[in-house]
Amino acid sequence: MHNNPSDLIVVDQLSKYYRVANKQPGFKGTLKHFFDRKTYDVPAVTDISFKISRGEVVGFLGANGAGKTTLLKMMCGLIHPSIGLVDVGGFSPQRRQTAFLKEITLVMGQKQQLIWDLPPMDSLYVNAAVYGLSDHEAKVRINELAEMLELGEELTRPVRKLSLGQRMKSEILAALLHKPSVLFLDEPTLGLDVNAQARVRSFLSEYNKRTGATILLTSHYMADITALCPRVICIHKGKLFYDGDLDSLANSLSPSREVKVELKNPSASEQFVKYGEIQDLNDRFVCLLVSRDKLTDVVSNLLTEFDIIDLEISDPPIDKLIGELFIKGEVN
Amino acid sequence: MQRYFKTIRLFWSTAFASQLEYQLNFLIELLAMLGTLLGSVFILSLFFTGGRQLGDWTWESALVIQGVYTFLDGLTNALLRPNLTEIVNYVREGTLDYVLLKPIDSQFWLSVKKFSFAGLPEIILGLSIVFWATIQSVSTFSIYSLFVFIISLLIGFIILYSVWFLIAASSIWFVKTWNATEVLRALLAAGRYPISAYPVVLRFIFTLVLPVAFLTTFPAEAILGELKFNILFFGLILSTLFFIFSRLFWKFALKHYTSASS
Repeated sequence: MHNNPSDLIVVDQLSKYYRVANKQPGFKGTLKHFFDRKTYDVPAVTDISFKISRGEVVGFLGANGAGKTTLLKMMCGLIHPSIGLVDVGGFSPQRRQTAFLKEITLVMGQKQQLIWDLPPMDSLYVNAAVYGLSDHEAKVRINELAEMLELGEELTRPVRKLSLGQRMKSEILAALLHKPSVLFLDEPTLGLDVNAQARVRSFLSEYNKRTGATILLTSHYMADITALCPRVICIHKGKLFYDGDLDSLANSLSPSREVKVELKNPSASEQFVKYGEIQDLNDRFVCLLVSRDKLTDVVSNLLTEFDIIDLEISDPPIDKLIGELFIKGEVN
Repeated sequence: MQRYFKTIRLFWSTAFASQLEYQLNFLIELLAMLGTLLGSVFILSLFFTGGRQLGDWTWESALVIQGVYTFLDGLTNALLRPNLTEIVNYVREGTLDYVLLKPIDSQFWLSVKKFSFAGLPEIILGLSIVFWATIQSVSTFSIYSLFVFIISLLIGFIILYSVWFLIAASSIWFVKTWNATEVLRALLAAGRYPISAYPVVLRFIFTLVLPVAFLTTFPAEAILGELKFNILFFGLILSTLFFIFSRLFWKFALKHYTSASS
């Protein structure tokens, strides 16, 4: 199975079907649903193959219901594949052997494992015992991670009194106590404010650098993916859509960027034509679409030629672009 | 093994700490427990006013059964109810995923994670009633009958646990469990009175179909030195089978969970 020793995770022609029953609305539908249930298989993941090397940080992109979570859960052993193979570090995840479980961890942004009424510290020592860590080992490990996560007295305050950001950081601490080498993160920044998101991100990137742990991450926030994942895997309707580095994905998706300029004096539109495609022009505001490779030249020329009050270059919203990509992919 | 003991210790000390977070609630639980206990002793005393008998049991020996019932009810409140009624929440909220990814037996985790200390006084009271009533009834009991008593209590508890766990595990399919656990509590409550106090048909059902007799009547007979050895032997086999079946059923349920959850 392992053609290359550096391949930590091998996913080969993986598919998962769910059997669902179709229920028509209304009382008649309910009766029919009860006595003569029509079931059919719905594909959640279809024929996906990829390999991930030790130490990689890979982002999984896709719309809601695209199959990201199903894929992640098959890799950590919570869902049995219908067809195909998953291999994580030489283990078959679905068997959930102890040696495998000690190597991995799962963080789900919308589900928590810490005991609600108690400080995180209590849950941490329970986890330590479950993983067979001695009190001393646990203490050293907690201190180390708490420092990296900038957690202090929050760890001795009841979880219910913590902010969402503090709680998420504590959840991450609990999930990393046993030094897992493979991290599965399902929406780890869900609902966090921008600052808390950034802190979680920088922690994950630091953790990856320090320990060489492999990180697999799904997120709705494009910023998570751009900040953390050099490689992305796009899933659309259960199928693998794109697997490669983020830069070339972004470039291929949006060759141009938006440049918004606020001028001191009104100018005529023909003056801007040579710089790029005019999106919008009224009085003293101009919005141009400029291709990426010409961006620096255009901006410096604009600044020398015009009296400019304000200039803004906006990143094209990549989630919108990815949405477009998925639509295009369907056409192809 | 040592890891499991340490885990239980931490489970229960955190459970204790959680309960103390809400002091008033803890006090109310204790009061409610005392009320239930007084009520059941009062009802039992009614049966025996005017020299009536319950089955062929005297007041003191029926009180032994009441003691065993109280003890089991305490154990239920301390261990079974807090843990097994929680399984449905693990399934509904999806936090079962976290349990399944821990390198520890998931049935163990789900069965002993919590311990409600409000059940403890009932456990102690139940045992006190058993011993007091036994001494009143037969004036003394041997080490042997004490030993048989402990074994038969264990048999009763394992049967009760296994049936309850089976029902709780079915929440993997039904998610919102019907109040099946209430049926079980009613079953246990049926064991408050000597099995011979019931009509023959019910006696038969309570021994073989729904093993209520194993929960209370047989342990009481054991401490009174009246339990027949073949019943003890039958109980050992029955409880082992029940326990093995609960484990197999859990494995089967998990297979369904892991191939169907999302």
